[in-house]
Amino acid sequence: MKATGSVIAIVAFVGLIALLNALYTVQETEQVIVTQFGRPIGDPITKAGLNIRIPFIQKVNRIEKRILEWDGRSNNMPTRDKLYIAVDTFGRWRITSPLTYFRRLRDERSAQSRLEDILGSETRNAVARHDLIEMIRTDKGREPLRDETLGEESILVGELLPIVKGRIAVENEIVEAAAKKLIDFGIELLDVRFKRINYNESVRKKIYDRMISERQQIASRFRSEGEGEAARILGDKERDVQEIESRAYRIIEEIKGEADAKATEIYAAAYNQSSESIALYGFVKTLETYRKILDEDTTLMMSTKSDLFRLLKDIDGQ
Amino acid sequence: MANSPQDYIDEVRKQILPRLRLGAFIVPIIFIVYTAMTAIFSVPTESEAVILRFGKFVKRVGPGLHFKLPFGIDRQTSIPVKRQLKQEYGFATRGASNPTQFSSRDERPKEKAMVTGDLNAALVEWVVQYRITQPEQFLFKVRFPEDTLRDVSESVMREAVGDRTVDEVITIGRQAIESEALSRLQQIVNEYGMGLTIDQIQLKSVDPPEPVQSSFDEVNQAKQEREKLINISKGEYNKAVPRTGGEADQHIERAKGYAIQRINEAEGDATRFNALLTEYLKAPEVTRKRLYLETLAEVLPRIRSKIILDDDAKQVLPLLQLNSATQVAK
Repeated sequence: MKATGSVIAIVAFVGLIALLNALYTVQETEQVIVTQFGRPIGDPITKAGLNIRIPFIQKVNRIEKRILEWDGRSNNMPTRDKLYIAVDTFGRWRITSPLTYFRRLRDERSAQSRLEDILGSETRNAVARHDLIEMIRTDKGREPLRDETLGEESILVGELLPIVKGRIAVENEIVEAAAKKLIDFGIELLDVRFKRINYNESVRKKIYDRMISERQQIASRFRSEGEGEAARILGDKERDVQEIESRAYRIIEEIKGEADAKATEIYAAAYNQSSESIALYGFVKTLETYRKILDEDTTLMMSTKSDLFRLLKDIDGQ
Repeated sequence: MANSPQDYIDEVRKQILPRLRLGAFIVPIIFIVYTAMTAIFSVPTESEAVILRFGKFVKRVGPGLHFKLPFGIDRQTSIPVKRQLKQEYGFATRGASNPTQFSSRDERPKEKAMVTGDLNAALVEWVVQYRITQPEQFLFKVRFPEDTLRDVSESVMREAVGDRTVDEVITIGRQAIESEALSRLQQIVNEYGMGLTIDQIQLKSVDPPEPVQSSFDEVNQAKQEREKLINISKGEYNKAVPRTGGEADQHIERAKGYAIQRINEAEGDATRFNALLTEYLKAPEVTRKRLYLETLAEVLPRIRSKIILDDDAKQVLPLLQLNSATQVAK
């Protein structure tokens, strides 16, 4: 009686342990491959929830179902135009064929090192096949905005360099080349993108020098524009001043000339009306002239034959 | 010790039953408390909770008090869906709201160094503001969605900067960069299914690299100089031209005055002459004499040396000398 009770208790206890061991959960973020002595059994379980397995014998291998990251190391490499640049790429991938993935790679650490090998070398290949600008620019047709206030200056610098393919096309080339190789590992490569592309330390100095000289060129352009514009305005000033003065001169001379002509006409009309008036004008004007020209310094010699003094000699003036 | 079964039972009744009775209270109470503790949960106001049953997604609940299956059968994860989160690139402000708000001190200079579309270098700092709007996607679609956001944001920002000249990046193109990067980032975030909504991308300081900075300043200075030179000469123009105009008008008015004067004088002279002529014609001889004598009477007294010569006496010279001598003596 006692013994059977103990046996039942023990069997129940072991049964409970076995049941707990047989039950396992699958999370939304994972897929599971059940293995028996290392050999995969059945299809991978991709639906989340409670599942059952043969306890103690079968093992649960959990594999990521989410989109995973690959963050490449920053590497120095030359472009086709022989510029040394530091390239930092990243990519997204996921495990689409868990069985293949499990058989060939077993865990993520080895997957990451494969990715690094394959994507690293494909990136290097793609970079070596293209000029730097192909990896910098994206939109072939883009025209740069120009600052209206800078005037002609903005034409001098700031041209976008022309491209044939552009950044996204280069990224796609890397994906295409690498995806084929990764499919064998049960991995789908979703994309690869350039995170950072920068000038290598050794190139940077030269780039900076170029930028400085470019800026200095713009600065001197501004200065000479200023001087030129100032000279133009001063020229305008002189022209306007001379125009105003000369026009005034012309108007003044016209007015004076007209007045003189009018005056002459008036005088002529008065003096020239008859032979008597001409004679009178000559007479009066001569007298008037005497008044003006004879002053106290004048020495006047007059004959006794003159009209004024002839009476001095002869009362009749004969 | 009791020997009969009855004794045994009595013994049990006496000693164990009271304890069992006590246990009959305590054990269920503990059980109930434990059940309640694992079945009741609350969700903060700004969050939503995702409930998983044996790891499988069941439902999403809003803020407040909720029930779930106890003993770890249901588990919940709260996601702050209403909270505005941000990530900073190239710089860091104190007090992080989330672990991916900024990168390590060594990473920051690399984060902001970019190459522009005219192969110049620029340092760009920016902020991404976002919310987790779809918690299931956020939790189940992509591993480390916020780290992924950092990677994508850097890539997208370089796409936008790479298609612009350094002048555009630093001055006039900022807004265009922000909006282009925003729409591109949202597009990729949706493609991946990261469950995030990007609210804003803001450019912070955008500068040329340190060694180049002074030459950029020089350009600004030269621009100012240009304006200054132009303004000075405009000032000179404005100083001279209106004054000249005024002076010209003055001279013209003066000429008009001259004209009026000239004509008036002429008319005056003519009228006077006509009046004289009328009278003269009445008695020409007398008038001539009168005018002549009047004039001489007026003129001669002014003249200090007057010599009257008799044409018959031929002694002009001595007389002249005498006269000049008296003048010298004076």
